[in-house]
Amino acid sequence: MKVGVVTFPGSLDDVDAQRAVGFGGHEAVALWHGDHDLRGVDAIILPGGFSYGDYLRCGALSRFSPVMTEVIAAAERGMPVLGICNGFQVLCESHLLPGALIRNDHRKFVCRDQRLRIENNRTPWTSAYAEGAEVTIVLKNGEGGFVADEATLDRLEGEGQVLARYLGDNPNGSLRDIAGITNARGNVVGLMPHPEHAVEDLTGAGTDGLGFFTSLVEGSFA
Amino acid sequence: MVLPSHPSVKPAPEQEPVVPRVVVDVMPKPEILDPQGKAVLGALPRLGFVGVTDVRQGKRFELEFAGEITDAVLAEVHEMAETLLSNPVIEYYTVHLAEAEQPA
Repeated sequence: MKVGVVTFPGSLDDVDAQRAVGFGGHEAVALWHGDHDLRGVDAIILPGGFSYGDYLRCGALSRFSPVMTEVIAAAERGMPVLGICNGFQVLCESHLLPGALIRNDHRKFVCRDQRLRIENNRTPWTSAYAEGAEVTIVLKNGEGGFVADEATLDRLEGEGQVLARYLGDNPNGSLRDIAGITNARGNVVGLMPHPEHAVEDLTGAGTDGLGFFTSLVEGSFA
Repeated sequence: MVLPSHPSVKPAPEQEPVVPRVVVDVMPKPEILDPQGKAVLGALPRLGFVGVTDVRQGKRFELEFAGEITDAVLAEVHEMAETLLSNPVIEYYTVHLAEAEQPA
């Protein structure tokens, strides 16, 4: 499959995401924030970083970049979209995912190998994992606290839209230990940890992140 | 506590030309944790400022317009505030005209 990776001004992990797409057996296609077309891709990744310098709010300005008009339309048609870290923030600002991400409750940037439980393996990004699988994936963020009102949190839990949860100490104040969520349809996924940094043994804490890139299967969705 | 002005600080000019200006204040919703406000709250007693029981930190936007600020302009400002200046999931905003402000 052709997987587009969007580069915004200030994206950091776009090249790692492209590389991980290749490790997952797919072709990475570089997309630019100023593009008006998606170059025929089958799925899209919004990578981590500090797009638009995190000005105003994380993801707030990226959400209005030209390429996001196309990404939002494609997501609404059912195209698989994965937002990692800053990409997750962009998806929330775009209202493709509920809730928002705020500054870590302890006010410090966190960078560590993080234990997670995969709660939902029925999305095109997590089907390679067993439900309830416990994995270790790099987490690095300053504004990773997931918040939403109680009714939204209850709905996310009730509908199985909590994708992954932090295990052990909560690293950033995320409500209900939420590390990632999906939309009701299941094609749009936001994840605060960075699976693209956990795809080879040479660097980082193993290859537990690879599943996010091997899960994609032709026609698996939409 | 009143601190004397630094000698390099020049007094403000008597009367600035009036530019039509709308102010949008954006604040974190009361139920949303505000780590920045908490950090400021923690710093105040260390500087000898006692008695402050809570600090909430927000953003202020001053929007200048070329022409008169009509109801239509204000309606548009509300739209800006809802779509871009604030995130209604975690923040609320208020809009007012700058002319109405009195210096503290």
